[in-house]
Amino acid sequence: MSKERIQISEALYDIMPSDYQDLVKSATYGKEDRGWKDIGTSKELIEQHSLCAGCPESMAFRYILASLPNPEDTVMVGSTGCTSLVFPMVAVHNIHSLFGNQNAIASGLKRALSVRFPGRVKDVVVLAGDGATVDIGLDMTLQAWFRQEKFTTICFDNELYANTGGQESGLMQKGFVAKMAPVGKLFDKVRLPEIARESGCHYVVNCTVSKPSLVEKVIRNAVHIAREIGPTYLQLYTPCILEIGKNSMEGLQEMRDSEKPAERFAYKEYVSEPAKQLLAELAAKDKERKAAAKQLAAQAQAN
Amino acid sequence: MAEIKSVIGTQNKKGQVYTDPWKMLHEAPRTPSFFTGSEVIKEAIRRASCDVMIAYPITPQSEAAALIGELFAEGYIGDYFRGESEFAVMSQCAGASFGGARVFTTTAGPGTMRAMENFPMWAGARLPIQMIVTCRGINSPLSIQPDTLEIAYLLNTGMLVWHAETAQDFFDWILKGYIVSEEPDVHLPLALCCDGFFVTHTKDVVNLTPTDMCLPPYDPYRSPVPCMDMECPPVRMMRDPFVMKSNYISYATHASWQQEIWAAVERSRKHTIHWLNGLVDTENTDADIVIVASGTAVSQGREAIRMLEDEGVRCGLVKVKALRPWPEEEIREATKNAKHIFVPEFNVTGWLAKEIRATVPNSQRVHAGPHVCGGMTMPPEIIVSEIKTTLGMKTFSLAGRGS
Repeated sequence: MSKERIQISEALYDIMPSDYQDLVKSATYGKEDRGWKDIGTSKELIEQHSLCAGCPESMAFRYILASLPNPEDTVMVGSTGCTSLVFPMVAVHNIHSLFGNQNAIASGLKRALSVRFPGRVKDVVVLAGDGATVDIGLDMTLQAWFRQEKFTTICFDNELYANTGGQESGLMQKGFVAKMAPVGKLFDKVRLPEIARESGCHYVVNCTVSKPSLVEKVIRNAVHIAREIGPTYLQLYTPCILEIGKNSMEGLQEMRDSEKPAERFAYKEYVSEPAKQLLAELAAKDKERKAAAKQLAAQAQAN
Repeated sequence: MAEIKSVIGTQNKKGQVYTDPWKMLHEAPRTPSFFTGSEVIKEAIRRASCDVMIAYPITPQSEAAALIGELFAEGYIGDYFRGESEFAVMSQCAGASFGGARVFTTTAGPGTMRAMENFPMWAGARLPIQMIVTCRGINSPLSIQPDTLEIAYLLNTGMLVWHAETAQDFFDWILKGYIVSEEPDVHLPLALCCDGFFVTHTKDVVNLTPTDMCLPPYDPYRSPVPCMDMECPPVRMMRDPFVMKSNYISYATHASWQQEIWAAVERSRKHTIHWLNGLVDTENTDADIVIVASGTAVSQGREAIRMLEDEGVRCGLVKVKALRPWPEEEIREATKNAKHIFVPEFNVTGWLAKEIRATVPNSQRVHAGPHVCGGMTMPPEIIVSEIKTTLGMKTFSLAGRGS
């Protein structure tokens, strides 16, 4: 969808919601190098959210939406949980249907869009919590990867069921005492990033969202690789400050503490050979584009 | 305004001509063909301009689902794959439908039950997916035999539910189903049910429309809700998601949407009557005794009526074609003269008899039976026997323990 498609008829302009007027005036749709730095200066693709104050998930949401390489042709798929409280306020088409079926929905959606728009880019991005991705939806998460479905799966890992009040999840750390784990969780945190690699994902990253520039990079890589090659998986630590007993301003520190070298969210990345090649090609093109822009700017200055 | 061009008369990539559906189904020449029900499903889908079909093996629909795969290999369908379970398949169908595709799938028995969470979601999201249900037992111990109990569970999902008697019904209704389902004032999924094996695995003469004619493609922009393809502006739909709110506005929103789904089922009535030539078919409803049935129980009822006629007992017949929308007025009218209403069924609970009891005045006239279940056949003799026993007539003794 081009930006022209969302223009407002002059006669109706004043009765359109201000959100929508802003979207038309100053969205970064179509901007090639959009990224986290647009936050606060351009129309963001997420409005207010009803998450807890200081929730790292809300930061992650903003970084991701600012970093999608092609939001004007991206459809997102969510699932039940805290993320589903945010999606109604997101300015790209998004689907919530049931709990845990997000990768099945995305499989059908991506195929339908490929049938209907051959030769055009239509990215599909799944964004769901760890309960949806690893517990109730694990079957569909893995099967989509086995089938090499061409979309990105993002898991907001807060290591528990946050929306229902802090119950044990498969991605919870061993020994953590929570609802439904009254004597502490008895088994290890499920190693989904490794499983993702073995299941055929071409790009797997395990990290926190403490650094927006890093989130921007991995989102762009994941979406480009999924578009051209096959499934990609990002596991992002978005701690539930409420359920681990932190205050609103402590989310960022919690992420920083958890990404230290020996910690469970130390940056880990896997890139398949074809994906490496694609990233190199994209980097070369990007370099070329920047050099050309620089040259143009220099010429303009000389004139 | 851009000129709106009709696709009617143009060709698809297989050389089939997009044809006005009414002309294709009512005026085009028909060729009698001797096919199994599964093959008939394939032939209907060949002409249905489907974008996506998603398959999963479960008896007795596996053959039909695999035959659709052949259509994909031949280039008649945009995409096709085997999902990992019925729950996943129905979600994959939803994803494809959200993305604006015309979607087809098939399931049966335990598969229908496994997928059940999806069906109210399909209806609530206004996805006009067509699902063939080749009914089979859902009980434990495991059974693969014909049994229509699963239909009872579909009746309150908000889906349209039709019950085919024959392979010919199947052929016509698959095509007509898409027309009704995709009407902007309906836009709901359709469960097109049949009795597994009896219809899917038996051969019958079916009159087919020409292979070089097909339905016009689905137009997702006629949908009453936005298609999720980022081809129309992504409007922020609400300030706070209603799932979180315990207040009147939230309740009222959910309530009015549920009411709208059922209003859409109601609005499908006029289209269904138009395309199926009525929600019911009736014969001799001036008789004192009327058999009301759906699916292959209609065929058995028809045979029982012929046998009773030989003995001087006159019976009428009501074939219920659509279960949702429910033909309330039609059944009342067709049974108004009846002193006895018999409802033969292939399931243990008698869900059709319960629906009819709740519909007609003087419901003590409704005899819920005979019932067979677990895969047992329903010889017309047991219908005859049930009717004669009720009338106080002497009847032969059916197989029993002996005496």
